[in-house]
Amino acid sequence: MVTTETTSVAAASDIVSVRHAVRRRAVEIHLSLVDQTKIVTAASELARNMLVYAGGGQVTLEVLQDGVRQGLRAHFADTGPGIPDLDLALRDGFTTGSGMGLGLGGAKRLVNEFDIESTPGMDTRVTITRWK
Amino acid sequence: MTTSITKVLLNRRNDIFQEWLQQQLSAPTRRADLISEAELRTESDSFLTALTGAVRAGNLSDIRAPEYKPVLEILARFSRSRGIQGFSPSETATFVFSLKQPILSALRKSGGNESTELVEDMWAVNVLLDKLGLYTTEVYQEFREGVIRRQQEEMLELSTPVVQLWEGIVALPLIGTLDSTRTNVVMEGLLQKIVETGSELAIIDITGVPTVDTLVAQHLLKTVAAARLMGADCIISGIRPQIAQTMVHLQIDLSAVTTRATMAEALRFAFRRSGSLALEDSRRSSTPK
Amino acid sequence: MEKIPILKMGDFLLVTIQVDMHDQMAAALQDDLTSKIAQVNAKGVLIDISSLDIVDSFIGRMLANTSTMARVLGAPSVVVGMQPAVAITLVELGVNLGGMRTALNVERGMAILRRDGDNPDLDGAARGHD
Repeated sequence: MVTTETTSVAAASDIVSVRHAVRRRAVEIHLSLVDQTKIVTAASELARNMLVYAGGGQVTLEVLQDGVRQGLRAHFADTGPGIPDLDLALRDGFTTGSGMGLGLGGAKRLVNEFDIESTPGMDTRVTITRWK
Repeated sequence: MTTSITKVLLNRRNDIFQEWLQQQLSAPTRRADLISEAELRTESDSFLTALTGAVRAGNLSDIRAPEYKPVLEILARFSRSRGIQGFSPSETATFVFSLKQPILSALRKSGGNESTELVEDMWAVNVLLDKLGLYTTEVYQEFREGVIRRQQEEMLELSTPVVQLWEGIVALPLIGTLDSTRTNVVMEGLLQKIVETGSELAIIDITGVPTVDTLVAQHLLKTVAAARLMGADCIISGIRPQIAQTMVHLQIDLSAVTTRATMAEALRFAFRRSGSLALEDSRRSSTPK
Repeated sequence: MEKIPILKMGDFLLVTIQVDMHDQMAAALQDDLTSKIAQVNAKGVLIDISSLDIVDSFIGRMLANTSTMARVLGAPSVVVGMQPAVAITLVELGVNLGGMRTALNVERGMAILRRDGDNPDLDGAARGHD
């Protein structure tokens, strides 16, 4: 059974809303405090990326039920400039020159599953999942 | 082939349902102490409805196909609650297996003279319900493993206590092989104790850890880093000569970590450190500025 | 917009961050803190983050930058009260906080700042605990 909710990110205050929404869902499925903190932080990183590099985007949260396993999934979709070299972007310490890293490598370490698709000039879609 | 199965599930639903319920109620694995007849009725009803819906599309072999999702969800929920209630896996699987006979009887009754088709149909139903029955035991198994794992974690928290050695000093003697889950639980416990006791020094003793590979070393270093962010320092003690060599060979960077060969040494260091700081601080507050 | 309170505690300033901070708040805090340091000639700053249950790379950088600004103005700072789950997550995230000093709570933080007062660092580099 899957329940979803979608929020838009258009301003810095929306990043806070995303954090609260992810936290709420994480608490619902009884993730441990550390696991909650990890996925909320990863979501904050990704939401901020969307805002900074694409001017905003959509965040969709899904509570997952796979047999007895429960999980929380968050999709981040924007129609921004995209990421030309994903391998490079996922490497730690990568910056675009403005001194601000994309932090994708870090966010990846905080979750169990991490998927990213990007078409340069068109869009970027990131999906993160944390299982109980 | 499959249309007759669907037809039978629809047209003879009541007969099938009654016969199935009867089978379950009279089975030796009944467990009336754990589940009432009314509950059994409701569950059986939901399952039959979901199964009828799934079978409609004509697929009787792939239970992972989307049309079987509602069926699997019911079985998963069912298995889980049976697991919690204390049913055995076979008692749980009986729910599905006992549906075989009623459906086969219904098929035979509406079979007419098409004997080869009839046998094929009966075989398909047999295999389908076997698969679904097996699914309940898989889910049950996963669930029980999850419960056991959680119980183990709870025991670990109790068996690897962080002790307060002195005011401001806590110690964590690590014993045995460290796997990922265990290490996480244990390290979180240490950090929590640091906050609870307001201890600025934590001694992590690895005398009882037989091997230290890169993964274990990484965990240790991450814990030290996390403690540092919180405002506490860690001393790693009990490093045997072989482990010291291994760590250097693995190029594990211990330059930012205080280490000592024994717990006693680590304690001496801790006392000197906190003692001298305390002395300094008390002198400072007693001397007028 | 809520302002983050800055209290004077003797020679030191205490900043208590209790709410989810976003960009404008962070910028406002840095403005307020730097002017107040100069205004009261503060000798040190304590930044209490014991109420923060999330510290992402933005907030981490903000804390590090604020610490640096304060130090440059002659008021070394200590970040106190980081929650365990936050510490574990920050380590995993791999954010470089540039040798920012930390303490378990305000009391310990003040002890550190007082020690600093007696043993000032000449080269301006942040001194961590070794």
